[in-house]
Amino acid sequence: MSNDNKKFVTGGDMAVKAAIDAGAQMMYGYPITPATEIFTGWVKNKQKFLQTEDEVSAGFAVCGGVLAGQKVFTATSGPGHVLMQDGFIMAEGMRLPFVLFAAQRGGPSSGTVIYSQQEVMLACYGGNGEGMRLVYSPSGPEELYSLTRRAFNEAWQYRFPAVVLTDGYTLKTKSIVDFSFIKEIDNFPAYPLVSEEKVIHWPNIYTSEEELNRELVSAKTDFDKVTPLVVTSEIVQTDDAEILLIAHGIVAVAAKDALAQMRRRGQKIGLFRPVTLRPFDKIALDKAVGNKNVKKVIIVESSYGQLARLVKDDLDTTLGKPFEYIQYPALGIEVDEMITQIKK
Amino acid sequence: MSDFIPVKFCNGCGYPVILMLLNKILKEMDLSAKTVLGLDIGCALLAWNFLPVNTFQTHHGRVTPTMLGFKRARPNSISIGCTGDGGAYAIGMQGLAHAIKRDEPITVIVVNNTVYGMTGGQVAPTSLHGQKTETSPEGNDDYPVLGPEFFKPLAHQEAFLARTAANDPKQMMEYLKKAIETQQAGHFSLVEILSFCPTHWKTKGAETINYLNNLKEVFKPGVI
Repeated sequence: MSNDNKKFVTGGDMAVKAAIDAGAQMMYGYPITPATEIFTGWVKNKQKFLQTEDEVSAGFAVCGGVLAGQKVFTATSGPGHVLMQDGFIMAEGMRLPFVLFAAQRGGPSSGTVIYSQQEVMLACYGGNGEGMRLVYSPSGPEELYSLTRRAFNEAWQYRFPAVVLTDGYTLKTKSIVDFSFIKEIDNFPAYPLVSEEKVIHWPNIYTSEEELNRELVSAKTDFDKVTPLVVTSEIVQTDDAEILLIAHGIVAVAAKDALAQMRRRGQKIGLFRPVTLRPFDKIALDKAVGNKNVKKVIIVESSYGQLARLVKDDLDTTLGKPFEYIQYPALGIEVDEMITQIKK
Repeated sequence: MSDFIPVKFCNGCGYPVILMLLNKILKEMDLSAKTVLGLDIGCALLAWNFLPVNTFQTHHGRVTPTMLGFKRARPNSISIGCTGDGGAYAIGMQGLAHAIKRDEPITVIVVNNTVYGMTGGQVAPTSLHGQKTETSPEGNDDYPVLGPEFFKPLAHQEAFLARTAANDPKQMMEYLKKAIETQQAGHFSLVEILSFCPTHWKTKGAETINYLNNLKEVFKPGVI
């Protein structure tokens, strides 16, 4: 294979390339580490943008843009991600194809500025609603690219807001990426939700409980319909696994290394990696956990159980397998440390 | 409009006349189809199915950034945000200030009745000094925000900032027209409209008119 396709790039570069390739036309942003490089990278690529006065305005400007039929997005992190929920819930309520990069940093409050996995619940359920959002958790730069492409396409196709949930390690790390992994895919076209051709009166506040209930039932029906089309997970060597790891995002990258090392020593270990956190691949999860060989499930994450909560929400409760947890809130988890903890 | 839509505003509210005149202006300017009316939350939200133009509701204090996002995506639209004084000058003040600073070519209509109406009559950023409300039972300690005057130093010289009143239809129509023309010329416009709220002013008939006229002593109508 030729090396011409190989480039030394950051995760931020991949996110920007993906947004451009997805046909994104506009970005609203407010600088915050570690999401800033998505914004500055977008600007350096001579794309249309506006730096707003805060994440609240960035979020609502995204809503305004998508109402007019523009493929538009924003990127934020931590406390900015909290503020962003204001606009994002409007998108959830009105089913607007709002695309958000959420780059996790440590929390609560201003926390730390580069890394954690503590924004899982915020990304999935951070609103005053039911979490009818598409949330993707990429492991590594290639998947950051491909899931961003999916986020734009699926948000517009299925009309749910979408979050690409990543972190500063993924965004700032520079690595050699072979771009030949990129396949030609069609972009789902943006279209005006409010057009000159037809007058619409579009509420997002309802007079009666019954009216809102009908809206929610309808949205849930659609979300359930879309679920089998969107849910994605990766299964690694689970057939004979006695220990099943569950991890997502960059922690799953380390988990795969740990798995490979332990397999070389003859240990029967497998991995279930949710790629979409919302909706969650419940069927694959139940199958992986329910495998008769599995004696123990270990959920590994850089938070106090945010992934564990998603897993337990979705898991078949009759499976009765014992769970253990490796939790390093706001800390990266190195492979050796993970192996030590798994062996305990 | 041929279809009858029941008015959901309180009796004596200023909104219906404001919206009716806005509709008249848009028709006269042949801009109804191009117009998108975004509504803040508060009494403004009740206008969601009131006019034969594209209309949607946003969040409290967030109509300005929503409409500038719409306008930037569709520059040939007429993007109008309609909000109360709380949405404009309290919770939405930061977004509004920066939209003015950047001279975003949108129009913001601020309906100022000096009180939070939808939530039952609490103190507003525009409440008068001494005004008694549910959350200023002994009288408001501080002084009202004079919106257009406050924002004037931030505004581009071609921007249009003005104040009128619900009982002055001629001036209101003149200012709304000028505001839309300003947007068409690529600049920001804001029209504050002093409006009736007999429900929370606890006034009747002529008292309500007098109350509004007295407000003009503090909130001076005119181009700012």
